[in-house]
Amino acid sequence: MTAKAAMRKQFTLNPAALEQLFSVLESHDFQIVGPTIRNGTIQYDYIKGCKELPSGWTSEQERASCRLKRRKDDALFGYVPGADSLKRFLHPPELRLFRAERENGVFRILDNPAPAPKLAFVGVRSCELRALSILDRVLAEDRYPDAAYVAARRRIFIVAVNCTEPAPTCFCTSMGGGPEAGGGFDLLLTEIVSDNQHVFVAEAGTSEGSGVLAVLNPGEVTKEIMAALHEAMDRSKAAFKREVATEGLRELLYESFDHPQWDRVAAQCFLCANCTMVCPTCFCVTVEDSTDVPVRRAERWRKWDSCFTQNFSYIHGGSVRLSPKSRYRQWLTHKMAAWVDQFGTFGCVGCGRCITWCPAGIDVTEQIAALRGTAAPAASDGAG
Amino acid sequence: MTAASVMTPLAARVARVDKETHDTFTLAMESGNGVDLPRFRPGQFSMLYLFGAGELPISISGDPEKPGELVYTVRSVGQVTYALVTRKPGDSVGVRGPFGTQWPLASARGRDILIVAGGIGLAPLRPAIYHILRQRGDYGRLVLLYGARGPRDLLYKKELSAWSYLPDTQVLTTVDYGGVNWRGHVGVVTTLFRFIRLQPGQTTAFICGPELMMRYVVRELETRGMPAGHIHLSMERNMKCAVGFCGHCQMGPHFICKDGPIFPYPEMRPWLDRYEL
Repeated sequence: MTAKAAMRKQFTLNPAALEQLFSVLESHDFQIVGPTIRNGTIQYDYIKGCKELPSGWTSEQERASCRLKRRKDDALFGYVPGADSLKRFLHPPELRLFRAERENGVFRILDNPAPAPKLAFVGVRSCELRALSILDRVLAEDRYPDAAYVAARRRIFIVAVNCTEPAPTCFCTSMGGGPEAGGGFDLLLTEIVSDNQHVFVAEAGTSEGSGVLAVLNPGEVTKEIMAALHEAMDRSKAAFKREVATEGLRELLYESFDHPQWDRVAAQCFLCANCTMVCPTCFCVTVEDSTDVPVRRAERWRKWDSCFTQNFSYIHGGSVRLSPKSRYRQWLTHKMAAWVDQFGTFGCVGCGRCITWCPAGIDVTEQIAALRGTAAPAASDGAG
Repeated sequence: MTAASVMTPLAARVARVDKETHDTFTLAMESGNGVDLPRFRPGQFSMLYLFGAGELPISISGDPEKPGELVYTVRSVGQVTYALVTRKPGDSVGVRGPFGTQWPLASARGRDILIVAGGIGLAPLRPAIYHILRQRGDYGRLVLLYGARGPRDLLYKKELSAWSYLPDTQVLTTVDYGGVNWRGHVGVVTTLFRFIRLQPGQTTAFICGPELMMRYVVRELETRGMPAGHIHLSMERNMKCAVGFCGHCQMGPHFICKDGPIFPYPEMRPWLDRYEL
């Protein structure tokens, strides 16, 4: 537990109070986004009430594999979430930039995007919070802010959860994070579930969070509950299977430009771009234009794009990155090296999504270990 | 520029379209219809939007001292550039920007200027030439080395000729393929170096052209003892936003759109020779 977290006042909430939390948020006009079961996985989606949380389910993840599994208890947050991160909601896959209309060769812009809805995110992990702070640096705090992101970001409420059940694919502890949420939330919950109790330890991170927490009539924490909390977090910290050595990582990537490992990974990679779609910090977009048949009305849309596509680097005369290896290299070098120069942080939080959702089973931690010339640490197939 | 407008173009009015070569045209956009065009600095670019067709980064090739006018030289090589050069006066073209860094004309004051251009790369250098000629006393010798594919591809022919008669100014052109009526130089642009007097210690170089050409020009300049810090390059990459969040224009740690397009050569040196970077 960090010093800052230790200073925050902690309370207890029972599962019924959590149901009330949803009502309170809805009464403040928040649309609630939380983990729920969709398409055979646990995903973030718009939900109404606690009943849509995946109570009693977990998600088994390994490279190229993600399976729903019944838990022995009724835990609401006993898993790491699926493919999508908060990125889908704050930096959406498709966004209309404007509509325009033309007459006699002269056009005018009709509108800008609709105002952002108020979103409350429930069940947000430490890795998601850190990803959000990285997206903030890219889309809100750089020279030009992305208006749509800033508008949506300003209006969110975050109910975070301490991560009691990391997946074998997780390596946040290597990337400067860990299962405990350090900040960036309005409310933080830690779920304690055992044979004889189901309770949440709650603390507020902002004055808005304190206000909401007060309405929920929280109880006092007991010594026993605190002991159970510490035990849960210790168990979580001990559960990590993968790691990345980050010392000198930026230099390693820049110096490995001609490393033969890029050829080896390119032989596996399908260039499907899954890793960039599920990455909570990959921000690249393209734009698409369309018109009606008489070319009087036009629209311009912004859509997620990926450095794994051939068109991504197209300039007159051809694509700069034609070979598969140059595209994988660009992705990993951007994440672990260029990002540091551009935004003062790695572009990776160690959430492990790119490992789970790579259909070729490429493991980013193994790729980095291979570039270092060391064996992949404790990341062999079927770990966990 | 406000955050809300950064991705929304101004509907600017096309004032005229002049044919430069068989495939290259110069469009002049002017303020009007309630649109005030912004000022720009030599070397900057705009994003030009063609209604419903797309948007492209295009360097500004006009005179920075003419407010209310933005001029672009466009080679028609694809759907959007074709649509651009076939506009009629009075049509609207969407303009975002100007974006990016400028040629370091202030720090180059008092020095000789060497400009090396390849093909359409002369376009973003023309505003710098206009500036230098306007402030002629602020600069030493001006040397322009310009290479094009063939005689019919040379841009701004009348201006090139006029500039070549100016005092303290040397203009040399060369082409890759001459043809029977061509009496000028034939060969890549670096073959012109033997015709100029270069004082490496007091010259600032501005280079824009295909990346391969720029690599050889830089090599030539370094061989002649020119300090890397006085060499400046204009880079090109795919761009969708011009403000650093589409991610397309990255080259190593640099975003060409907002950290460039003009870079001091030492910032580009680690990345230039990396194939498929």
